[in-house]
Amino acid sequence: MNNPNSPAIELINVSRRFLTPDGKSMTALRDFNMSVARGEFVAVVGPTGCGKSTTLNLVTGLAKPSSGEVRVMGAPVNGIDPSIGFVFQTDALFPWRSVIDNVVAGPLFRGVPSEQAYESAHQWLARVNLSGHESKYPHQLSGGMRKRVSLAQTFINEPKILLMDEPFSALDVQTRVLMHDELLRLWSQAKASVVFVTHDLEEAIALADKVYVLTAGPATVKSVYPINIPRPRVVSEIRYDQAFIDISRTIWDDLRDEVQRGAARTEALVA
Amino acid sequence: MTDTTLSSAIVFQPGTSDAEIEAAAARAARNRGRAVYFWRYFILLVFLGGWEVLSSTKLIDEFFFSSPTAIAMRLYEWITEGTSEGPLWYHLWVTMEESLLGFFTGSVAGIVAGIALGRNRMLSDVFSIYIKVINSVPRVVLAPIFIMIFGLGLTSKVALSFVMVFFVVFSNAFQGVREADRNLLANAQILGAKDWQLTRSVVIPSAMSWIFASLHVSFGFAIVGAIVGEFVGARYGIGLLINVAKGSFDAAGMYAAIVIIMVVALAAEYGMTVIENRLAKWRPAPLQDAS
Repeated sequence: MNNPNSPAIELINVSRRFLTPDGKSMTALRDFNMSVARGEFVAVVGPTGCGKSTTLNLVTGLAKPSSGEVRVMGAPVNGIDPSIGFVFQTDALFPWRSVIDNVVAGPLFRGVPSEQAYESAHQWLARVNLSGHESKYPHQLSGGMRKRVSLAQTFINEPKILLMDEPFSALDVQTRVLMHDELLRLWSQAKASVVFVTHDLEEAIALADKVYVLTAGPATVKSVYPINIPRPRVVSEIRYDQAFIDISRTIWDDLRDEVQRGAARTEALVA
Repeated sequence: MTDTTLSSAIVFQPGTSDAEIEAAAARAARNRGRAVYFWRYFILLVFLGGWEVLSSTKLIDEFFFSSPTAIAMRLYEWITEGTSEGPLWYHLWVTMEESLLGFFTGSVAGIVAGIALGRNRMLSDVFSIYIKVINSVPRVVLAPIFIMIFGLGLTSKVALSFVMVFFVVFSNAFQGVREADRNLLANAQILGAKDWQLTRSVVIPSAMSWIFASLHVSFGFAIVGAIVGEFVGARYGIGLLINVAKGSFDAAGMYAAIVIIMVVALAAEYGMTVIENRLAKWRPAPLQDAS
């Protein structure tokens, strides 16, 4: 089934319903269609709480679709696929492990011999500019450094598919831009397919080949915009390009209605 | 003078060097430390002195309440000459052996059961009701039953210590497993952790601080179990000494036995803290206010 021409990720008419604690059914995704080519960088933007993260959980296999089909590398998802890497919004480093032991976790779980695993962990820490911090614990690092450890921890497994759930939303603006460049550098070497979920439209445009705009929940794809800004990109610079400004205005016009609807929906739920 | 609360934070003049600020902070910390020790000893002295004075002036009856000097003399006598039931060290050893055995078996069983039930929803739904039922039994009433079943020897006390320890450690281990961070679990799974790896590398470490919190109190419970068991029926042990002292209306003897237990329990608590600090070196140390 592993046809090299099949897309890295396909979601075909996927719906996902939750049962709320009081037993009511809630639809997070409805008739959702998405296709990510191999090596493509896709960003997903949408209003808060619309079900962006749900799409990622479906791809990892941590959640199952209520209807429709999710395919990874041409094969239906069955359990957690080893070719997937995931970067979380919040800190997901193991606080009781030192930096190097965090990075080495993936290979050791997967049965790589310890010596080899530590050697490649050292290489990855060097690649994210954290050499010399191996024996520190996560709480001793800054937010940006912890995020770089997370990237090393994910990339060391050499994922074919990289899922990122608002990974930089907790960082300050300057650190975030540095992390964008770092991510693009790692990605261009790793040649992975990326799905990057964010609520920050500029971040989405600066990083991605394609931007998916979702509707306010239940989420479905509203429109897809190809981003034709040439690579390699320097994220701190391109936000002043005319092409960047034009495309972000176009997408924002589209997204704004959904953000307003999403806000109204959230307020209605709270009231 | 020695008060260093936040509201009285020192305001430094502009131009004060870092060295001066650090020196002032070190001085304040020393003064504060001295004040803490002063008040600690002061309270102990007032308590013991007051007790001594009250009993020597017959304001309280020495027959019931004894006095610090009488207790100290009894302890000295026990240490140098042994008790009426044989050498003190042997009794202490018997009690410690019972408590330690109960503590280790109880906490190991508690941790294993807590983690197993915490990880398995079905098991926990089935067994939780039974655990609640058994947990509602006051442990002390089991003492005569265990002595009837296991006899006057070591086993009955270990069994009582075990049940005292088990439920405390179990419920904390269970809770700790349930509180494990979902993101960490998901992260480990995606990184490739299988069932047992997940338990060992995420679930157990994150439950560890809960488990340690319970181990602190449960060593005390283990001693309680051993002593109550000895109290109800035994040939050796500190509990037996208390029982014998009670039988001969020897108040000083009873208090002396209590002092011995206090010393042992505090020493064990200290040892536990040392081990815990060594295991938990990954935890952030609190920053201190500069004043």
